[in-house]
Amino acid sequence: MSLKIIVLAKQVPDTRNVGKDAMKADGTVNRAALPAIFNPEDLNALEQALRLKDAYPGTTISLLTMGPGRAAEIIREGLYRGADGGFLLTDRAFAGADTLATSYALSMAVRKIKDYDLILCGRQAIDGDTAQVGPQVAEKLGLPQVTYAEEIQKAENGRITVKRRLERGVEVVESTLPLVVTVNGSAPDCRPRNAKYVQKYKHAKTVSEKQEADSDYTELLNSRPYLNLQEWSVADVNADTLHCGLSGSPTKVKKIESVVFQTKESKTLEPSDAAIDELMRELILNHTVG
Amino acid sequence: MNYFLDTIGYKHHLHHPLMKRIVELKERNYADKDTYDYAPLDFEDAMDSYEKVLEIVGGICDDIIAPNAESVDHEGPTVSNGHVTYAAGTQRNLDAVRQAGLSGIAMPRRYDGLNFPIVPYIMIADLVSRADAGFENLWGLQDCAETLYEFGNEDQRRRYIPRACAGETMSMDLTEPDAGSDLQSVMLKASFCEKDNCWYLNGVKRFITNGDADIHLVLARSEEGTRDGRGLSMFIYDKRNGGVTVRRIENKLGIKGSPTCELVFKNARAELCGERKLGLIKYVMALMNNARLGIMAQSVGLSEAAYREGHAYASERKQFGKAIIEFPAVYEMLALMRAKADASRAMLYETARFVDMYKVLNDISKERKLEPEERLELKKYGKLADAFTPIGKGMTSEYANQNAYDAVQIHGGSGFMKDYTCERLYRDARITNIYEGTTQLQVVAAIRHITTGTYLAQIREYEDIDYKPELFILHQRLMDMTDRYEVSVQRVTDAKDNELLDFQARRLVEAAAHCIFGYLLLQDTNKDDRFRHSAEVYITYGQAEVNKMYDYITCFDIEKLAYFKGLKVTC
Repeated sequence: MSLKIIVLAKQVPDTRNVGKDAMKADGTVNRAALPAIFNPEDLNALEQALRLKDAYPGTTISLLTMGPGRAAEIIREGLYRGADGGFLLTDRAFAGADTLATSYALSMAVRKIKDYDLILCGRQAIDGDTAQVGPQVAEKLGLPQVTYAEEIQKAENGRITVKRRLERGVEVVESTLPLVVTVNGSAPDCRPRNAKYVQKYKHAKTVSEKQEADSDYTELLNSRPYLNLQEWSVADVNADTLHCGLSGSPTKVKKIESVVFQTKESKTLEPSDAAIDELMRELILNHTVG
Repeated sequence: MNYFLDTIGYKHHLHHPLMKRIVELKERNYADKDTYDYAPLDFEDAMDSYEKVLEIVGGICDDIIAPNAESVDHEGPTVSNGHVTYAAGTQRNLDAVRQAGLSGIAMPRRYDGLNFPIVPYIMIADLVSRADAGFENLWGLQDCAETLYEFGNEDQRRRYIPRACAGETMSMDLTEPDAGSDLQSVMLKASFCEKDNCWYLNGVKRFITNGDADIHLVLARSEEGTRDGRGLSMFIYDKRNGGVTVRRIENKLGIKGSPTCELVFKNARAELCGERKLGLIKYVMALMNNARLGIMAQSVGLSEAAYREGHAYASERKQFGKAIIEFPAVYEMLALMRAKADASRAMLYETARFVDMYKVLNDISKERKLEPEERLELKKYGKLADAFTPIGKGMTSEYANQNAYDAVQIHGGSGFMKDYTCERLYRDARITNIYEGTTQLQVVAAIRHITTGTYLAQIREYEDIDYKPELFILHQRLMDMTDRYEVSVQRVTDAKDNELLDFQARRLVEAAAHCIFGYLLLQDTNKDDRFRHSAEVYITYGQAEVNKMYDYITCFDIEKLAYFKGLKVTC
């Protein structure tokens, strides 16, 4: 049985290698100092989608991302790894969205796509770490949701079996399709880009990108529909501007603190079980573990 | 850090002026662009594609292959029930390579290949070897697809090459217990069965890299009663048909992740590849030349890795109050390691371009009649490829060993422990100057290009290039080196004694190599001043070496040969 899968993906600043320029003086993220990357857990979600495509021939994968024009890079990255197409939600009116406004915009885009069996996304993005968008999209679409997924074991006859990674173990659950699944970072890493797909899709562009580019092969490229990346505005997905972007975002940032980690003095332990027990007691007491 | 992007050498060598011609020929003027969605539109587009694919490789090297190298080295492959199981890390590497579509890179698109020229193809081998030289053996055996393409019939190409492109592994089964360097002695028996209309193979092969591969090319004796190379033919064995088991795998010093197998053929069904009796004299010779270029790439990757390990340690390790890299004894070693790695890489890509030109024109000659100037090119580059492959393989593999040795030396006592990567590089490098023909055999293949003047003519061509004025002194020194090389050759050949020629051959080949490597670095510096360090260091070193050979040869009296041979255990 083939599936129609939508993968929600976000372009995020690479916060894993934060230098001292990562924050501006006013406490906001200095996006210019951090390279924009594919949110890591969204890549885990994409890999799950690709595995379903391997297992169920005929399966198609579309990426859906919201962001500025350069977020088209996310769609190309997905195509390079085996996805079939994608949609970029881009409009000034989407800017400044919190999780509520983001999930609203994404759910409207999903409604527009209409025909799908499964929506996959990463558990959370490394810039906000809220883990709210996936579940909110499910709520808005009235779909069941499975969070913290580590492996989609099968998706057959309208049902799906998913292994979840929880704090104290794993849980295998079953649900009906369609549904939303959010994928954990503990799931397998995404496969690398594929040499043929990279060559096939490297000229894929949105309309706005095409207007900026200067190519000798415009005609040839226009004759290949898979090279045209869909770009959607607020109006395209029939969204209400009031629920989008800043105006649709009730979240207000009260205060931002720039925390500087400092190394404290080290502690030497006796190589004995008693010393380890003592350390464990200490770590449990100060809530480092447990 | 992406391996492809962290070193200037790769892009520099990829963007050589000759590439335009190579790519045009290889792409038949970009004719595939209307048939295949991944074919390049023009030269710039093709080069961009090579870079993008090399970036994928650089990422896989950094993220997957290099981090797996240590566990693969410790765990190694195992054999049970006649078949090989790779180390877990090796399997992960193979999966990544298959998913990234990095098999059948040089194969035409009609067989699902990427149709890349040899230069970017061999650059992948260079990168992979830097991450894990042992893994390069498995990946690099896609060379066999090249041989199958060159000599197999259309039906065989259609059945096997797409499988290789999809990631099935290959092996070339040549060596036997009594046939190592001397492949003419191969005895594995091939007998034709009229009833089944196919060949059956019986016998034993030894030291077969990746011997449990999906598709094998096998050298076997098809002509009963013969004892020499003319009785040997090449066969394709498909693992799906069964009949070959792995009796044991060798416990090796290095490249431990690559399974080296002893194979037993018991009525293994096989098909003839190419014509009977040409197995050794034509096909295996071609296969070996491909493989030698691969070992050159492996050597370059190892040289680079060894330099990096040495440099990292020397920068961090403090003794007597400062980092050891600040001591002349250490920085000299590192500078020479860098220079040898850069010189080796320059030689690798110069050779790869010659091979590219020769192969693509040869391939085109099967489709249409070549133009007169194309025929001249074919001849010229065929000869250069033939001349540069053995001298390049010989020298770069020696340099890989020297760099690995020095990397351990820089680490001092720590380098002798299993804790640092340099000890693995030291063990892995050791095979490069042995397999696919020892350095001594590379010298045998290279010596006729010394005596016929192929190298000298090419060196004189390099001499005539316009160099920037600030490189004048280096240029002058290279001309002096060339003169001394020429005199040395003259002195040896004037004696008209074959034993003396064989005796001095290694020195003459090395002297020629120093001139060639020096000129290649000079050309690199001419284009990009960042190679200046390596050019200065290499030419200083090379000139001293050439002078040493010159002294040895000009002071040598043929009668002294007697002192070298017929030694007994004691005096």
